[in-house]
Parts: sequence; structure tokens; C-alpha cells
Amino acid sequence: MSYKIYDCEKTERIDKLKEDLFKKMPEIEADRAVLLTESYMATESEPIIKRRAKAFKHILENIPITIRDNELIVGSATKSPRSCQVFPEFSFEWLEAEFDTIEHRDADPFYISEDTKKKLHEVYKYWKGKTTSELALSYMAPETITAMEHNIFTPGNYFYNGVGHVTVDYGAILKSGYRAIIDRTKNLLADIKVSDADYSRRKEFLESVIISCEAVITYAKRYSALAKEMAEKETDETRKKELLLIAKNCENVPENGARTFYEACQSFWFVQMLIQMESSGHSISPGRFDQYMNPYFEADLETGRISPCFAQELIDCIWIKLNDLNKARDVESARGFAGYSLFQNLIAGGQTIDGLDATNSISFMTIQATMHILLPQPSFSVRVWNGTPHEFMIKAAELTRTGVGLPAYYNDEVIIPSLVNRGLTLQDARDYNIIGCVEPQKSGKTEGWHDAAFFNMCRPLELVFSNGMDKGEQISIKTGEVEDFKTFDEFYDAYKKQQTYMLGLLVNADNSIDVAHAERCPLPFLSCMIEDCLGRGKTVQEGGAIYNFTGPQGFGIANMADSLYAVKKLVFDEKKFTLKELKEALENNFGEDGADNSKDLTVAVAKELAKNGVTVNEDVIKSIYANVKASGTAGNPKYKRIREMILEVPKFGNDIPEVDAFARDVAYTYTKPLETFKNPRGGQYQAGLYPVSANVPLGGQTGATPDGRLAYTPVADGVSPSAGKDVNGPTASCNSVSKLDHFIASNGTLFNMKFHPSALKGTTGLETFVNLIRGYFDQKGSHMQFNVVSRETLLDAQKHPENYKSLVVRVAGYSALFTTLSRSLQDDIINRTEQTNF
Amino acid sequence: MNNNYLDVKGRIFDIQRFSVHDGPGIRTIIFLKGCRLRCRWCCNPESQEYEIQKMNKDGKETIVGRDVTVREVLEIIEKDRPYYRRSGGGVTLSGGEAMCQPRFTEALFKACKDKGINTAIETTSFAPFETIEKILPYIDTYLMDIKHMDSEKHREYTTQPNELILENARKIAPRVNKMIVRVPVIPGFNDTVKEIKDIAEFTKKLAKVNEIHLLPYHRLGQDKYKELGREYLMGDVLPPDDKKMQELLDAAKSVGLKAQIGG
Repeated sequence: MSYKIYDCEKTERIDKLKEDLFKKMPEIEADRAVLLTESYMATESEPIIKRRAKAFKHILENIPITIRDNELIVGSATKSPRSCQVFPEFSFEWLEAEFDTIEHRDADPFYISEDTKKKLHEVYKYWKGKTTSELALSYMAPETITAMEHNIFTPGNYFYNGVGHVTVDYGAILKSGYRAIIDRTKNLLADIKVSDADYSRRKEFLESVIISCEAVITYAKRYSALAKEMAEKETDETRKKELLLIAKNCENVPENGARTFYEACQSFWFVQMLIQMESSGHSISPGRFDQYMNPYFEADLETGRISPCFAQELIDCIWIKLNDLNKARDVESARGFAGYSLFQNLIAGGQTIDGLDATNSISFMTIQATMHILLPQPSFSVRVWNGTPHEFMIKAAELTRTGVGLPAYYNDEVIIPSLVNRGLTLQDARDYNIIGCVEPQKSGKTEGWHDAAFFNMCRPLELVFSNGMDKGEQISIKTGEVEDFKTFDEFYDAYKKQQTYMLGLLVNADNSIDVAHAERCPLPFLSCMIEDCLGRGKTVQEGGAIYNFTGPQGFGIANMADSLYAVKKLVFDEKKFTLKELKEALENNFGEDGADNSKDLTVAVAKELAKNGVTVNEDVIKSIYANVKASGTAGNPKYKRIREMILEVPKFGNDIPEVDAFARDVAYTYTKPLETFKNPRGGQYQAGLYPVSANVPLGGQTGATPDGRLAYTPVADGVSPSAGKDVNGPTASCNSVSKLDHFIASNGTLFNMKFHPSALKGTTGLETFVNLIRGYFDQKGSHMQFNVVSRETLLDAQKHPENYKSLVVRVAGYSALFTTLSRSLQDDIINRTEQTNF
Repeated sequence: MNNNYLDVKGRIFDIQRFSVHDGPGIRTIIFLKGCRLRCRWCCNPESQEYEIQKMNKDGKETIVGRDVTVREVLEIIEKDRPYYRRSGGGVTLSGGEAMCQPRFTEALFKACKDKGINTAIETTSFAPFETIEKILPYIDTYLMDIKHMDSEKHREYTTQPNELILENARKIAPRVNKMIVRVPVIPGFNDTVKEIKDIAEFTKKLAKVNEIHLLPYHRLGQDKYKELGREYLMGDVLPPDDKKMQELLDAAKSVGLKAQIGG
């Protein structure tokens, strides 16, 4: 593969489009929910798959359409930019409950008009008892529900929403359009016999595919007609021409194959946007955009149909559109996925299916587009392998230097073998892309159910100390009173038992939800773009895909490694304190809780003194306060002392072999049991090790841990060391993290690093940065992402959010606008260890 | 030297990984304790005495300096080999003054070369040439500090004259693979066009040398003086501004050298 680097400038149009995106607060619109419900009411007696298709058709034929000013690529899910539709078929009660608060909540607020509230309220009457969420809950075992209520894990994502997390075969649609799918489906229909065992389901599914594809074609033609109509009224000659070209494009695609690069862009967008109209599942990831778009670019270039910089402008327009989509989540999920993120992961570079370098001109243009737009979408990633061109790495590093938190870097040398280990063919593995945050899969063939649940690995440890009790309730198995453990191995075994028991419940939760989706929300439109749904005659929800996985993500590795190491060393090796004492210290939050009422006590003492005739001036108050403080902590110095000892024990992230070995092993306690479980689609479980942004809210539900972490503070993010604990510089931190087995965590690992901007200064800075990534990847780390914003900038942004409306930072497996994040998440990002170069 | 050079002991006060300003690529810097100069601007005052010292940081006492064997240091150096390999980096000895512990310096460098690790030294070269000469075969990049061409002024600000240093520079230059001259730019000491140009001209005449780095004065070491119970002699002297540095850079370039600001 060869490439050319064009480095085109950003056009004025792109600035205007970006400005228009942020003119208004995101809004919730009711159109889809109303249309969906109308259709459902009219199809009560039909098979569910048909009802889905007919509802999709009814929506696409009637939902308001709009072409925004200056757009070259059209197709909007909502009337207002960055707004969202509603998907009551998955769940609705949370939104109704939040009608009056969603506009002002801290994470991802949305405006919702009184009119919309009224419409949704009407619609919701129909949905009571009919959602996937309610069905899933009815399938779950009672102990599973209890564990969820106690926040051991949370499958909230798919429990309340569509599944998403998929990359379809974009290339096939660009090449032949939906007409080809309709034709193929008609042939398949003609081939089935009424005597076939699965005749009824197969027939209904295939007919539903045809209805859905026809609906999409109709939708595109509505845009064509709208563009024509607008062109007739348009007085500006240039815009008129643009509108006529848009009309022509939408007349041809996505019904037929794209004839030009521009048509390919438009076709891509309809596919991308409409998958998100059929279901609310997020992480609809465009995947290897550079690979399927480049042939159209090269062909146009050769015939002189396009200039490279117009191609760049079109790509920039797509990037804007990706930021125009939005999704409202319940308040808890919004915290876990903070930043209005849709995780539409788009990846550049890597290898061809034959193992050659795949970098092409569009690969560079995707980096350029991200630099032009500087917004969170697409979640932009690059693939790195031993043969990746150095200038591609440098270009990517230049993007990192902007501070936008993009791209994320992925290591082919780990991910390809890890996927082969999961049963993918070598060619499919080489063609992987990333879904959502960090989850690898083969496009067009996989239902990966990535992001299936958050599992907080610190919680089973709490259950070891409480012998399975939580808030006065026996929610887990009994593993023995912690003070009775004689050896570290007994203690560790208890942890493994608690964890494995809870993993079983997590699997029960996920599988219940999985079945509910298959029964209540099969998706014919999505399924027609995933192999081998048409051949097997069933949707992805029913196991139609070639590869089926479920990937729940564990987090808190660093806390667990540090906790176990501290317990081993201080309790069992050096006998500094007993498990009983540690248990008390944890229950008392290491004696830190008393400090909070010092002020109240001071006031009380001062009043008492005043009553006794003592003159209470400022100095007296100060001295009382100091005394109160001192005595408040004097009550439990033992716990403080325990914490001091713990803090002095070496921590994960400092390239210390003994500690790192604990991290590797404790990760196995999650990843190994998990891969033994199966899902209802005929696939297996595979672990991820990443938190999205849930390490903050879920840390908020976790008591003190034996690594010295105080109660209710954030848990470590991803596979990164605990914030501020890695003090030996970036290479030491990388070395520690590379000690984990990244191959077995085939649903992705996430390693966050923060750099001060000075570290990437000049050519030397970029070279050093690239070499650091290379060095980490040589040691078989799988993923890396960076925040390059100074601490001062972030602190100032907290103080003056109005000046930093478009400041984008890396949160977890994605970037988000800093000022839209909740305060605690902002603090978590600020507190991550900042690396400079010395 | 036989194989037990791995057991040679030296006295260091710090090891810094991921350093990118002292030699090519990503490097690990070993800071040796002890120096014969007392530069007023020194940013590592804890490096000057050979004796192990106590520092008082926010009421917490810390010990500065520890004795280590070459073997122990190598273990830490090895940890970052993946990054040296990718970046062409390696090990840099700094200080203090590495030439004040010649046996350790020689042994450590020899060990590095045995293992194919790139070596660099940052040094004032204020030591007998015979001492330095023995180490030269093991050095890939020689970072030669030259602070001033006027011996009297040199003595006034560093407590030592410069004749030996300049003489050594002339002798070392033809014998090493690569020498880069480094000049700390200190306001009030050597921050005039003439002074920098004088150093540049001297540099230009050194055999095989064509590169000079101007390192602007910074105040990062200030707190450490307090922690050592010492007075900071630079008072409130400010770092040279960008315009000034550019002017000096142009002066250095004007004699036909490759020049840059910072290492």
C-alpha cells in the first residue's frame, strides 16, 4: 500500500458547521418514540421481527428531516444539532423519572420541552411491561438482582439501552448498496421451502430485512427531494449547486453502489446514522474507514474527479456529523459514560488481511480531520504494528500533542494473536478494528456484546472482610471470618471464591438481558450487514453473527494488586498488624471520617467557653480547632498508623517485579474464570480490563481498601496505576502495566497516561513520545492513550468553564468536553499522575 | 580490569529514568555524588559533597547519597532497554562530577559497552587527563561543559580556574566519537554575545566538534539549598528570556556551529 500526505487546510465551512453544533444545549426530541409507538400499536398480532421492521419503516417515512446550513453530507437524526431521539422499547421509566431534573443534572444534561414531556408521557403508557429491560429483570435470579442492588457489578448499559457495539460491513454497502442486499434476500426467500423446519422464522426475518432496506432507500430519497426543493428556493448560486449535487447523491446512494468518493461519503453517513435510528445501542463504530474509503478516493484522483483538499473537506464534514448524534442515558449511566459520548470508534492504519502495511492517503487524512475538528467524535484510534511507517506515527503524535486526547494507540502485535486465540481466522484477526473504547473485533462478522457490564474488582475484597455481608445483608457466599485466616493463600483464596461467585451472577445478568434483546428487540436492519445473519436466517441478537462474544469489563487492578501486596507483606510476612485490625481500620476509613465534624465541634466548644465568660477571639478559635483536630484523630491513631504503613509499601506502576507479579495474578482472577462462561448466542465470555469512566461513580460506592485508598474515592482507571502512585516516570509505569497478560484480556485493556505539553515539544518531543509507545508495545502492551493538557489549564477550566467550552480531554476509552464532565470526574483526571521528561 | 568490575562501588544520589535532554534518545541518568567545582547556579547542590548528607524537606529528613555497585545500577539501567532500542538512547553519567569517581565511572561504562548500551557523560572534565583518558574508549557521546573563557571569572563563579578544563577539552575532542559542548547560560556571568561567542569560537577550533548547546539558567534547584541549610547565592536572578537566548543562539551559530537551546 502506498500513500501521499496532503496536509490540506481547514475550510471556513467546517468552522461554521462546528459553531452551529454548539449554539444550543442538546435537546430530547419525541418524534421517533411517537412514530415507533404508533406502529407497534398497529402491529400487535404480528411476529416481533416484522413489527420491528415495520416500525423502522414507519419512522423513516415520517420522521422530520432537515438539511443544516452549509452541509455537504446530509442526514440528521434530530431537528436540533447534538440532540437525541428516545427509545422506549428498551426502557423509559428512568427518563420519565428524570423529566424535571435531566436539564440540570451534573453529567450530560439535556433540555426537554413541556410539549415533548407530554408526548412522551402519552407514549410511555403503552410501553409499561413491554420493554427489554423489564423482560430481562424477570429472567434474572433473585441473588443476581440483590448483587446488582448492592453495586457489585452493573450491567446498566444493555439493561436500559440497545446493545450497539458493532461494526458492520460498510465496504459492502458502499460497493453495491442496499439494492444488492434486497436482491440477495429475495433470492434466499425464493430458495426456502415451506416444509423447512425454520421456515416461519427465516421467512419473517428475510422479509423484515427487505422492508428495512426499502425504508432506508425511501429515507434517502426524501433527502434527495428536500435538497431539490431547497435548491429551487436558494438564491446563492454556489449553495444551489451544492444542494443539487446532494440531491443527486441521495438519489443514488445508499440504494446503489457509490460511483464517486463523495457518494461513498454520503452512503457511509446514511449507514452510520440509521443504525443508530433503529436501536439506541452506542459504540456504532465506523472501524477501518481508511481501508474502505481509499479505493473511491484513488479512483477519483486518477480520473481527476476530485481534488485532495475537497476530499479532506468531505471527511471533515463527516467528522462534524459524527458529533451531531447524541444519546440520553439514565443519570447513573451518564456518569459512567460521561461526556455525551457515542464512542463511534474509527481507526486508521494497521495491516491488510495479508499482513502487509495498510497505511494509505486516507489514513493521514483521518488524522488531519481530527486535527481540524478537535471534537470528541469520532473516537479516533490508530493501529500500530512493527511495520507502521514512522511518519504515520509522527503525524499521530502531532495530533496527540493538540491535547484532544486522540488518537488512542493499539498494538497489532498483541491484538491479532489474542483474537486468533478466540477463534478468529488469521485474516479476520488482521482486519480487526476497535469498538467503543478499546474492544477489538472483526467488522461485519461479530456480535461482541463488548462493554457488557462493569465489574468493580474491589467489591469482592470487601466481601472477604465481611464474610459475604453487605449493608447488613448476606449477599454472597461465606468464605470464613477474615480474622481466622492463617496464611495469605487462605485470604487470597477467599477473594477468588467471592469473585468467581459474583462473576457467575454477572453472567446470569448479562445472559438474561441477552435473551430479552433477542425476544423483544431483534434488529433486522443491523443484521443484514453482519455475516452470516442472512445465511442463517436469524438476527445478530439470536446468534446470526459468525463470531459471538460477551465482554464485561473489570477494573480496579491497581487497587487490588496494591491491596494484596500490602496484606501479604504487612500482615503475613512482617506481622505489623492483624487482619482483624486491618478490618477495623477499613471499617473506620483509616480514622479519616472523624475529621469532618471538626468545625461543628469547634463551634460547640467555642459556645461553651463563651457561656463561661471566656472571650472568644480568632486566636482562641484557631487554637480550639487545632485541639479538636488533634483529639479527633487521637481517638483512632492506630488506624492512621496502619494506613501510613500501607502507604509506604511499594505500589504498582513503579517497575517493581514483586508488586507487578501481584497485578498480573490478580487480573487472572478475573480474566480466567470469565472465559469459561457461555452466552445464549453460542459464544463465550471474554474479559476486558477498562472502566470507561465508571471508576469514579463506582469508586464512590466502595469502602476503604487495603491499598490505603479511602472510602468512596475513585478506583484506579483501567490497567493504569492508581492516580499519583507511579512515581518512577513513564517508562517504569509502562513496564509495570506491560507485565499484565494483555492477550487474555481480549476484550481490551486501557492504559491512561498524562503528559505535560512540554513533554511533546519540538521534533525531539514527538520522537521520544513515539519511541515510548514503541517501547511499551514491544513489551506487549495492548493499548495506550494520552492526555496532554497541563494541570494549570484544567484547574483554570474548572474555575472558568466559560472559557473552555471546547476543551477536549481523554476520559477513558474516549474523549469528551472537559466542562461537561461532573466535578468528581474532572478531579479524577486532574489527579492522574502527570509525566514530564526530565 | 577483570570481571569483578561489576562489584566496583560508587556513590550516587539519584537515578532518573526517561531523561531526554542529556544525550540521544530516551536515557537513564545516573547522578554521581561529589564535585570539585562549586558553581553558584548549581541546580543539584546535594551533588557537590562526596559525603552522604541529610536534607530536610518539609520537616521530613531524607538521606542524600547511597553506595551502589555497578551490578546494582545495571539492573536499573536494563529495565529501560526496550526504550533505548527504539530511540537510540542509553545511559548518561552526570553529577556531581563523574570524573571524581573514575574507577566506578570506568567500570560502569565498560559494563554498558559489554552489553551494547549507548553511553554518554556530562562532565566539566576538571580532572587529570590521565584519569579521563582511561574512560574515553567507553564513551559514545561526550557532553563537555564549558562555562567561561576567562579563567579569573570562571574561578570567581565556580571556585576553580578553567585552564585544565580547556586543555582537557582540546585533548579529548579528537579522541572521542562525538563531543558536544554545553554552556549553562547564567545571567550576569556569561550571558553576553561576546562571552558566548568566545566559547563558540573555542568550540569551533576543537577537533571534530561542530555542535554547541546553550542551557538557560533555571531556578529548579533553589529549594534544595534551603533543605540543605545553605544559602542560595543566585538570589532572585531570573532565567534569561527567550529573546536573549535567541540572540545568544545566533551568536553561537555565527561562528559556523550547529547550535540549539536546551539539551
